[in-house]
Amino acid sequence: MLVIHCPYCQADRPELEFANAGEAHIVRPDNMAEMTDAEFEKMFFVRQNPKGVNLERWRHIHGCGRFFNAIRHTVSDKFLKVYKAGESRPSDAEIAELMK
Amino acid sequence: MAKANVATRDNPTSGNRLANASVSIESAPPASRISFRATPKGAKDFGKTLDLDLPVKPGQSTSKSTLSALWIGPDEWLIIDTKNPIDKLMPRRENANFCATDISHRNVAFIVSGNGAENTLCASCPRDLSLSAFPVGSASRTIFGKAEVVLLRTGKTSFRLECWRSFSPYVWDLLVDGAHDAHI
Amino acid sequence: MKPSGQQQFRVPGRGSRIGARSVSFSFDGKAYEALEGDTLASALLANGVHLMGRSFKYHRPRGVLAAGVEESNALMQISRDSARTTPNVRASVQEVYDGLQAQSQNRFPTLNFDIGGINNLLSPFFAAGFYYKTFKWPAAAWDKIYEPFIRRAAGLGQAPAEEDPDRYSNRFAHCDVLIIGGGAAGLMAAKLATRKKQSIIICDENPQFGGWLLSDTDIRIDGKSGPDWAAEAVAELAAMDNVRLLNRTTGIGYFQQNMMVLNQRITEHQSKPAPDETRERMWQVRAGKIIIAQGAIERHMVFPDNDRPGIMQASAAQSFLNKYGVAVGSQIAVYTACDTAYAAAFDLAEEGVNIPIIVEHRTDIADDLLAQANELGIRVITGAVVEGTGGKLRINSVTFAKQNGNDRETIDVDALITSAGWTPSLHLYSQSRGKPQWDEDTQRFLPGESPQECVSIGACNGTDDLADIFAEAAKCTGSRATKHVIEDDVSTMGGLIGATGSSADKGKAFVDFQNDVTAKDIALAVREGMHSIEHVKRYTTNGMATDQGKLSNMHGLAIASKLLKKPIPAVGLTTFRPPYTPTTFGSFVGHSRGNLFDPTRQTPIHAWADENGAEFEPVSQWQRAWYFPRSGEDMHQAVDRECQTVRSVAGVFDASTLGKIEVVGPDAAAFMNIIYTNGWDKLKPGRAKYGIMCREDGFIYDDGVVGKLSNNRFHVTTTTGGAPRVLNHMEDYLQTEFPEMRVWLTSTSEQWATIAVQGPKAREIIEPLVNGADISNEKFPHMSVVECKVCGVAARLFRISFTGELGFEINVPADHGRAVWEAVWARAEPLGACAYGTEAMHVMRAEKGYIIVGQDTDGTVTPYDAGLSWAIAKAKPDFVGKRGLQRPDLMSEGRRQLVGLATKDPSKVLEEGAQIVADPTRPIPMKMIGFVTSSYWSGTLGKSIALALIEDGNNLIGKSLYAPMADEVIEVEVTGTVFYDTKGERLHG
Repeated sequence: MLVIHCPYCQADRPELEFANAGEAHIVRPDNMAEMTDAEFEKMFFVRQNPKGVNLERWRHIHGCGRFFNAIRHTVSDKFLKVYKAGESRPSDAEIAELMK
Repeated sequence: MAKANVATRDNPTSGNRLANASVSIESAPPASRISFRATPKGAKDFGKTLDLDLPVKPGQSTSKSTLSALWIGPDEWLIIDTKNPIDKLMPRRENANFCATDISHRNVAFIVSGNGAENTLCASCPRDLSLSAFPVGSASRTIFGKAEVVLLRTGKTSFRLECWRSFSPYVWDLLVDGAHDAHI
Repeated sequence: MKPSGQQQFRVPGRGSRIGARSVSFSFDGKAYEALEGDTLASALLANGVHLMGRSFKYHRPRGVLAAGVEESNALMQISRDSARTTPNVRASVQEVYDGLQAQSQNRFPTLNFDIGGINNLLSPFFAAGFYYKTFKWPAAAWDKIYEPFIRRAAGLGQAPAEEDPDRYSNRFAHCDVLIIGGGAAGLMAAKLATRKKQSIIICDENPQFGGWLLSDTDIRIDGKSGPDWAAEAVAELAAMDNVRLLNRTTGIGYFQQNMMVLNQRITEHQSKPAPDETRERMWQVRAGKIIIAQGAIERHMVFPDNDRPGIMQASAAQSFLNKYGVAVGSQIAVYTACDTAYAAAFDLAEEGVNIPIIVEHRTDIADDLLAQANELGIRVITGAVVEGTGGKLRINSVTFAKQNGNDRETIDVDALITSAGWTPSLHLYSQSRGKPQWDEDTQRFLPGESPQECVSIGACNGTDDLADIFAEAAKCTGSRATKHVIEDDVSTMGGLIGATGSSADKGKAFVDFQNDVTAKDIALAVREGMHSIEHVKRYTTNGMATDQGKLSNMHGLAIASKLLKKPIPAVGLTTFRPPYTPTTFGSFVGHSRGNLFDPTRQTPIHAWADENGAEFEPVSQWQRAWYFPRSGEDMHQAVDRECQTVRSVAGVFDASTLGKIEVVGPDAAAFMNIIYTNGWDKLKPGRAKYGIMCREDGFIYDDGVVGKLSNNRFHVTTTTGGAPRVLNHMEDYLQTEFPEMRVWLTSTSEQWATIAVQGPKAREIIEPLVNGADISNEKFPHMSVVECKVCGVAARLFRISFTGELGFEINVPADHGRAVWEAVWARAEPLGACAYGTEAMHVMRAEKGYIIVGQDTDGTVTPYDAGLSWAIAKAKPDFVGKRGLQRPDLMSEGRRQLVGLATKDPSKVLEEGAQIVADPTRPIPMKMIGFVTSSYWSGTLGKSIALALIEDGNNLIGKSLYAPMADEVIEVEVTGTVFYDTKGERLHG
C-alpha cells in the first residue's frame, strides 16, 4: 500500500483513500466538436503507460475529494512530485532534476 | 391530513451500544447536518451566520456548544449540530458563494471512546490515529474497512465516526470486531 | 537413562526455554510426555523419536533438520478438532501444549511402513524435469491417469473441509522504528532507539526474544549469560510506553514505502484457547524506519544419503540441547566446514554425549578448536568428506574418508550433525527491492544499498561478531556506541556452498529436502540447457517448496555455477517473495468474511418489506425487495399480480436505492448542459426531465430523471449501481475541465427515502398526505417536482413514471422513510393497491420500452442506438460525448439498435442473452446479428415481450428473426420497443 501526499490536505495519506484516474495533462479542447478523428483518437484512446516516470492523475476520493496530479516512477513506485489540478506540467528538466 | 409517526428519527443502528473494559461504542443520537460547499468568502459569511468560524486548515475542526464544523476538503465542510433542528442551521437563501445541502439523514454517527478507542478504529482504518498525528479536534474523511467515513477526534480517547446510513450496520459490526482487540 | 518413550534424551540442567511442568501430546496416535516450552520437534527428540515425516516425491523417511522456521522435513498435521486442523506445520516451530494432536504426512499406511516409498526405488524415473517430460503424451492419458495421479500426489497434509470457526483480526499500526527480529542485534537496537523517544515495534517469530542468545550458553555479555541478558533487555523494553513487543510474530512481507506486514500467532501454543480469543492477527505496519535483524540460517552439508533421520544442522542440535535440554543422540558424529559446529559438539560432549568424530572438510582450522576437541577427547579428521550414511528409519553409521579417498572408515552413530556455514537471511531486504551483493571473500550474498528507509544489522547483514553487532545497532539508531564486555563469543569462520564429494558417489545428495531435489538433479538441469537460476529452479523445483529454499537456494546456486563455469552472481539469485514463512489463509482474510466481507446496504423501508414477506435480490451492494409473494404464490404469479394491480389500481414501490446528486450553483444549468446530452436551459423550476449522459466516446454512461428545484439547484437521479461513478465522473469534469464553473455536487442518495406510488389511483392514495402543494393533473402534470410536506415532513415530490402509469415519487428524509411508507400503505391497501418489487418494476418498464442502463446497454450503445435520439440536444456547442458521437463508426448504418421482439408463439419467453440470427438454417457457427437484452412474461398483455440489440434493427421492424436455442429455434418478429399504451396516454391520467 502506497503513501500518497495530497497537495490539498498537505499531508501523507494511505493509498486506500485514493483512486487513480489515469494519465495526466490530457487536454480536452474547447472546440471538441471540431477535432479531427485522428486528434480525437489521440486525445481519448492513446495513452503512454510508460515504464519509468509517469505523469498521472489521482483523486483523494475518500479524503478531500480533490483530483490532483502526480509524477510517479512506475518501477520504484516512488512519488517524485504531487501538484494541484490545473498547475502546469513540470518541464522535462524539472522531472530530470527530481529523478536525481 | 393524515399524519405518520415522524416525531422520532430512526436509523438501522439506533440505540446500538457496546462496552468492554477498553472501549465503549454507541450509536449517537440523531443530529442535524449540512454538507457545506463554498468559496472562501462564502465560508466566512456562513461562519458569521453560525457564529462559528469554519476551519480553514486541512484536517481541522471548530466547535461551539452543540455545533461543530469539520474541514473535509478545500471547499467542503461538514456542519453538525447535535441539538438544534436543521431549519435553524440552514442558510435562509441561496448564495452564489456557497451551497448548503441538508444531509442530516444521510449520515449516522457512532461515539467511540475509552483507552482502546484508537485501537478499535485502527483495526479497520489505515490512518495514523495517534495523538501526535491526529490530535484532538482533527477531522477527516477516510476509509473504514470498505466504508467511507468521517472521523472527528473529540477528546484524547474519544472519537465521533460518521458514515452513510446504509453502511452503519457494516460499520457497527466492524467496530464490534475492533473492540474485541481494543486492549492490545 | 530413562526407558524409551519417557523423555530419555532429556538433559537435566540444560534448556533455557523449558519449564518444569509436564504436558502430554500425541503423535500418530501415540501418547508422549513433554515439558512446557518444548516445540513438537524437541519433545519428540526428547522421547528418542527422529522419524517425523516422509519426503514429498520419494517418500523417504525423514527426521527433523532444524530448530527453526527453515525446517523442511518435519511437517505435520496439527489438529484440535475437525474444523481446526492445519497441514504442513513445522514441528520445530509448533509449541507443544497439553492435548496437542500431531499426525505425520505423506505416508500410507504408517510412517514406518509407507507404500509410497516405492517411489524411492523408481527414482531414476523421477529425475528433474520428470513432469515436463512425462505428462506430455499421450493426450488421452491426461485426464485418466496423469491428472488423478498428480492431484493425489500434490500437496501435503489435508485442508479442513469445514468453515474455520476461529477469529482472525487486522490492525493498522504506525511507528517510528520497526525492528524485525529480537535477537542480540534487534534487542540492542530497540534499547538504543527508545532513548530517542521514538515509538517502536519489535517483533520476533519465536515465543521468546533472544534469538541465538538462547541457544548459546557460553557467551557472556557484561557478565550475564545470553538468556539473562535477553530477558533483562525485554523487561526494560516492556516497561516503556513507546515500545510494543510482539513475540510469535513474523515479518512476512516488506512492501512499498516501509509497509511491513506482520503475522502474529496468538493461540497456536495454547492448550485451551478462550472461545472468542483471536487466533491470528495481521499487522499492517507503516514505519518511519525499518531495522531488519533477521539473522542467518545455517546450511546443511550436501553429501550422499544426507537425509536420514538423525542427520540435522549442528546449530539445531545445539538449540535442542541448550533451549530445550534435549540431546539429539548418544553417539553423534559431526560433519562441518564451519567453526560453529564445534561449539555444538563441545556442548554435547560436556553433557556426556559421545562425539566419536568431527569430519572437517577444511584442511586448516584454528588451533584452539583442535585443542579444545583434544581436551574433550574428540577426534577430528581434517580435509575429509562424508561419503555416505547407513540406516533405514534412522542413521546408524557414517562413512568418511580423506578428500583424496584415503583412510576410509565407517563408524556406528545414531546422529550426524552438519554445518556448511551460515546464509544471511536477505528475504525482507530483497522484498524491499534491495539488490543483494555478492561478497567474494565470505562467499555469501549480503544486503546492498537500501532503496527504502531500512537498514539490515547483525547476522543478516553478515555481521557475526557480537561486539560488531552492538556497534551496528548503535549506528543504525543514531546512538553513541555503548561499551560492553563480551566473553566467549563463538567464531563463525568457514563455510561451504555446493556439494561435497565426487559426482561418482552413490546415493542421493539432497539439496532441497522438501522437494527431493538432489545435486544430480541440478546437474541434469544444467546439462539439459537451464542456464539461468530461475530456469534451474523451475526445472528441478529447487527452493519451490513451502520452505522457499531457505536451506537449498545457495547450494543449488553453487552447484549450477560450478557446472556452468560462471561466477555465482552471474548465475543470479532467485527473487524472494512474501510471505517469508507459510501464512494461513485465515490470517490474510482477517475479519473480512461473513457480514464483514462487503457492506450489505438496506433501505429505510427494508424492514417493512422483510416483515411483509418480500423476497430480496442483490443490486450492487443493495438488497432490494424483488417481489412480495402472497401465500401459495410462486414468483411468476406474484409478479403477474403485482403488475396487473399497478396497471389496474396502484402499487407502492421502494425506490430509495436510486442514486441522487444535488447539483447546485449559479452555473448549475451550464454544467448540466456539459454532462448530459440533453439541453437544460429551457427547463423551468418545478419541472423534471429524463436525462442521458455519455462518456466522451459517445456511449451511454448513465440515465435518470432530473428535477429542477430552482434556477440554481437540480435534484439529479442516477441508476442504483451507477451513483458513485456518476458522481466521480461529474466531479472529474467539474474540477479538472470546468473549474471556473460555480457549481457544487453533493450526494444525497441516502438523505432521501424514495417511495414510488404508481397506477391509476396513485393520486387518490397520496393526495391526503400531501401538504403545501396542489398535485392535480393541471397544476402538477407529468414530469413535475415540488418541495412540500408529506405526512408533515419536508419532502420532494416528483410526478414521474417508470411504469407508464400515473405516478409519483415521494422523497422524504430517510429516518422518516418507514413511517411515511406506512402512512402511504395505510392509504393504498384499502384501495386495493399492492406493494411491488423490482421484478414487477422491470416488467412494467419493459412493457413501456424504458431502458435500464447496464441491462439494455453495455458500454457500446449510443443514445441513437437505444432509440433516444430525441434526448440529444444537437444544437448545443458542447457536451460530453458530442464529438465521440460523430465518429464514423458510430454514425455508420447498420449498427446494433434497440428493438422489441415478439415471439411468434406468444407463450414462449426468450432467454436474456439469447443470440439472434437471420437465418437459422446456416451451418454453425452462423452469423449472430444481435442478442436479447431484456425478456419477460407480460401478464398484462398476455404474451412474452423482449428488447434486443439487433444489427440495423430499426430497418427490420416487421421481419422475422430467430433465436436458436439448444433444443429449438424460436421465431420472433422485430417490433418497436413500446408494447403497452403506445400512445403514452396513461401517465397523463
